[in-house]
Amino acid sequence: MYEHDVIVVGGGGAGLRAAIAAHEEGADVAIVTKLHPVRSHTGAAEGGINAALREGDDWELHAYDTMKGSDYLADAPAVETLAQDSPEEVINIEHWGMPFSREDDGTVSQRPFGGLSFPRTTYAGAETGHHLLHTMYEQVVKRGIEVYDEWFVQDVAVTDEDDPSERSCHGVVGIDVKTGDIQGFKANDGVILATGGPGQAFDHTTNAVANTGDGYAIAYRAGVPLEDMEFVQFHPTTLPSTGVLISEGVRGEGGILYNADGERFMFEHGYANNEGELASRDVVSRAELTEVNEGRGFEDEYVMLDMRHLGEERILDRLENILHLAEDFEGVDGLKEPMPVKPGQHYQMGGVETDENGHTCIDGLYAAGETACVSVHGANRLGGNALPELIVFGARAGVHAAGGDIEDAKIETGERGNIEYDDTEMPVQPGEAGIGAGGEASTATDGGAVTQDATAVVEREVEAQRERVEEMLSREDGVKHSQIRARLQKTMTQNVNVFREEEGVRQALRDIRDIREAYEDVYVEDPSRTFNTDLQHTIETRNLIDIAETIAMGALVRDEFRGAHWRKEHQERKDDEWLKHTLIAWHDGEPEVFFRPVILEGQNKTYEPKERSY
Amino acid sequence: MSTQVPEQEGEAESSADAETDASVESPQEQRMAKKATDRAYRDAQKKAQEEIAAAEEAVRMKVFRYDPEVEGKQEPRFDEFHVPFEKGMTVLDALMYARDHYDPSLTFRHSCRQAVCGSDAMFVNGQQRLCCKTQMSDLEWPVRVEPLPHQDVVKDLVVDMQHFYDQMHSVEPYFQGENAPDGEEQKQTRENREKIKMSTRCIWCGACMSSCNIAAGDNEYLGPAAINKAYRFYMDEREDEAELEEHRLRILEQEHGVWRCQTQFSCTEVCPKDIPLTEHIQELKREAVKSNLKFW
Repeated sequence: MYEHDVIVVGGGGAGLRAAIAAHEEGADVAIVTKLHPVRSHTGAAEGGINAALREGDDWELHAYDTMKGSDYLADAPAVETLAQDSPEEVINIEHWGMPFSREDDGTVSQRPFGGLSFPRTTYAGAETGHHLLHTMYEQVVKRGIEVYDEWFVQDVAVTDEDDPSERSCHGVVGIDVKTGDIQGFKANDGVILATGGPGQAFDHTTNAVANTGDGYAIAYRAGVPLEDMEFVQFHPTTLPSTGVLISEGVRGEGGILYNADGERFMFEHGYANNEGELASRDVVSRAELTEVNEGRGFEDEYVMLDMRHLGEERILDRLENILHLAEDFEGVDGLKEPMPVKPGQHYQMGGVETDENGHTCIDGLYAAGETACVSVHGANRLGGNALPELIVFGARAGVHAAGGDIEDAKIETGERGNIEYDDTEMPVQPGEAGIGAGGEASTATDGGAVTQDATAVVEREVEAQRERVEEMLSREDGVKHSQIRARLQKTMTQNVNVFREEEGVRQALRDIRDIREAYEDVYVEDPSRTFNTDLQHTIETRNLIDIAETIAMGALVRDEFRGAHWRKEHQERKDDEWLKHTLIAWHDGEPEVFFRPVILEGQNKTYEPKERSY
Repeated sequence: MSTQVPEQEGEAESSADAETDASVESPQEQRMAKKATDRAYRDAQKKAQEEIAAAEEAVRMKVFRYDPEVEGKQEPRFDEFHVPFEKGMTVLDALMYARDHYDPSLTFRHSCRQAVCGSDAMFVNGQQRLCCKTQMSDLEWPVRVEPLPHQDVVKDLVVDMQHFYDQMHSVEPYFQGENAPDGEEQKQTRENREKIKMSTRCIWCGACMSSCNIAAGDNEYLGPAAINKAYRFYMDEREDEAELEEHRLRILEQEHGVWRCQTQFSCTEVCPKDIPLTEHIQELKREAVKSNLKFW
């Protein structure tokens, strides 16, 4: 068993920032990550980092834009924290050597992004995430923070009180991918889950293959509610063949979208008469798909994004990476031709419920980055707001976990306070099935005796995980995880996509139930302990099933149209009923849905919901 | 074990020509020109390969297999996979297809599949390439996929990267400037950012190190990626303390540092991010000479 004060699971932007912050508080920190940190998907982020740095801008404007962009489903204390902390965080990473793009006077460049009232997106070419990731990893190296790379964390070790809010987290259990060795990592002060998004629940996604939402599933099965999972962001400009992202920076710099009739449809068809291509991502995604569905797309699939008029010099200066991507993955020369684009799954606005210090309802368990739902993005995330979230809330989680001085949170967590339960009838009984097959729920729900000693809690979880893997490897026949995963991705893409209809969402839930049952017969063909990716992907697939189910349940329950969540039968935002978060908690193998009101009261003002017109 | 497969020798294409007239064109222009040539070549290849594809339907791949603990895989071998060809298919797509449909134990690293995570550098048809950005139609079939040479094989196409990471860490790969003003950003000129831009693109894939003959023979040689990383900080004007520059040069000048480079350009040739690695190494050699002259 390994032992540290703070264990950070995940080596992307949020995890690295959390580790640095905890280390600066004097904690002995370790990062446990299934990839080497520089392989993390933060490296694929292109656009930029929003921060109010300049005269004429201030954090209050940033907060206002974010609340509006969220369709009033973000919590004001979280949004205001994001807006207040991000300038300092951006300057911080600049001091760490981040190679930002520069103005003539040598200051950090900023550019306009969708839904922003000021051009406050700082960036480094069209590869901001790559530079952010590497800059922070460099700082981790500088500080000598221990990194266990290619260790795949299967679960957290928590005590087993009935009420999740009384449970404590004492560590994690992981498999050394290189050798198959299963070990516990005891955390004296806290565990921070920063494992990125769950894009692999969909088959056309900008997310890496590794983005299987492990942290979501781990926290969920330990008893932490998942919040607002129905809000899945589809990015309007992804390459049709692969899902590779074409940054919003292209539109920020003046790129235009047109349909097969040559129309600049964002204006000509009235989707966003003021902002045009720079309307919020949900608006542009729906506009594109509507064009395609009404027969004005190219090959019934995509529209065109044109940046040729920006000129070679500007493109090479600010968007060069886009040229490489278009060329390598679509065979298109962006200097001479427009690029084909269509919407693709991009970002999960919902996630592990935390307060603005990254803390969940379980003592000692934290989440940060895309894995967490603080919530700052509400129903729709503005471009350029993911990277500040990583560094702002990564840092706060790190400080808090290490016992540093941080103010009390205003956001409540867990099944406490002002909540109400949902009574929507589900088409099938969600949850339960599939648990037996290598998907053992966390120790928290195993009904065993309450264990107090931290080491014993971790040891018990290690035993459980060793048995689970033993059992999976000993099976001699069954269903391949790749078939199960493909079925899951297919039903999610068909039924819980940009456009959602009630019957489709119900179908997805029925399909997921069948998929759970199929998973009971899942079978790991590779008998080896050495670098067994078959085993790892099989465990990940179980995580994806749980996450996909919460997305579909949330989508069924929320019968209104808000942000990224579009429902055919409910074409209006219902503020009277739905200014509240959807929370789904796992109770002994069954999901339970409840709600908590959105906090619209900020420091100096209350954010009044208004129509989102662009 | 090492991955050098005898039959592969001599297969690597040689094309260092693009590097020769650096005095005439900027590196940027050179790269764009090279891209245009590559594109024309690729279009022609693509057309030819599509014709082949229509006739043959499936692409044949020969994939290196090895697992130290599974009986029958302990002796390295090549397995042949026939994968249905689709337009736009990359080597990674084909490997994933083979794994998901034929043999789930086929093991390789991959993640972002958009050339930024650097995890799927392999030896494809005798050259280090990122599988995710290599089109099947650009290659001669059957396509031969092997782990990166000169690194220990963990299993199948997975190599041990530890030595590579150690070399990267040995050049103190982190910003150390001390002059940042409180509460505001440091200034950096556009020219200086442009100067270091290519060097900051490294994704740690290890292709350059694997292609380097010197690194193959000298385990302590820092290697192109680590030297490039040092270049990135040495040239960054925000790190402007003379002492720090000296310190960085001393690391680079060590016995197994920049002077080991024999300017063979193989690193530059295989770099999937088009970083002019050899140029950067030469520039640091010049810096080292200048710095030493100062003390005479």
